Amino acid sequence: MTNYIVPVLIFFILAHGVATGTNIYSALLDGAKQGLLVARDIFPAVLIMLTVIAMVRASGAIDLISNSLAPVLAPLGVPAECLPLALLRPFSGSGALSVGSEVIAQTGPDSTAGRIAAVMLGSSETSFYTIAVYSAYIKMKNTRYIVPAALGADVAAFVASATAVRLLMG
Amino acid sequence: MLMSRVLAVLLLLAVVFGAMTGRMADVALAAVSGTQQAVELILSIVGTICLWSALMEVMNRSGLAAKVARALRPIIVLLFGKYGRDEQAAEAISQNMAANLLGLGSAATPAGLRAAKRLDELARRDGVPPDSVLLLIVINTASVQLLPTTVAAVRATYGSQNPYDILPAVWVASIISVAVGIFLAKTFKRVWRDK
Repeated sequence: MTNYIVPVLIFFILAHGVATGTNIYSALLDGAKQGLLVARDIFPAVLIMLTVIAMVRASGAIDLISNSLAPVLAPLGVPAECLPLALLRPFSGSGALSVGSEVIAQTGPDSTAGRIAAVMLGSSETSFYTIAVYSAYIKMKNTRYIVPAALGADVAAFVASATAVRLLMG
Repeated sequence: MLMSRVLAVLLLLAVVFGAMTGRMADVALAAVSGTQQAVELILSIVGTICLWSALMEVMNRSGLAAKVARALRPIIVLLFGKYGRDEQAAEAISQNMAANLLGLGSAATPAGLRAAKRLDELARRDGVPPDSVLLLIVINTASVQLLPTTVAAVRATYGSQNPYDILPAVWVASIISVAVGIFLAKTFKRVWRDK
């Protein structure tokens, strides 16, 4: 089933463009150029974060911390490897992408932990960044219950990611 | 500032543990191999980022994104009540949600900010706390994205047999997360007392 989603979606987007008389070729070229800028913008943060994470892993610290936290996280179904990702996710988008990529590289993209890391990345947002942008824009001084509600949603995303991968992908 | 502290703590861990476990040579090597890993990762996902950015531009120009936005209108009335019936607010919220859903990050934020401003004005006009603005922000912090393309590209980079096979799991986790966010926002709205 999932094999059909991407090709059919691409076909549908382009067919809709042609049917509505859109110049799809020029839209594609402009869009691709914007993608290049996105990659350029995230590269510095990914470079720094991945390098530092690689150094921490080489020192043996990540394995030690993961192993000691495993019994606490096991009842939630969250693999210990994914904990650093969950901790960083609300603060930094490119940081989370780097840490998540490292988990996927180390545990294998089709392993349970690798899949859970990918689903966590795909189902959550950089909450604190989003809150900062919006509240600054409307000059809101008191964010009241936004932080507990947003973090609650993030925790739900992490536990649900682990459960969904285990149930749907066994 | 926060990220600076995170990096400082991580580097301290690397040096202290490297010394304790006698793996300082590996730590030094990682300072080189980590940068190579970052370059390889970006180079291997940049194509996917560009492809989807290109398709999203087509959706924007062909009016497909606007169609999705119109389809979301009933949900907005359900979530925002009478403020969801305000034309200006509903238009901006629906654009914001449609752009998030389709992964159009660059279009989602301007529409979201317009929606926040309008909802804030309406709350001031009525002299009530801006709970509708808080709900909008909470929904924006819990991403619901149909196609997490960057993550799929990372999986492909490291040799996944089917990088998109996580889609159903991502949808389930996203919906649960946004539902919990909305539930918490609605519950806090009732019990929250400003000091």
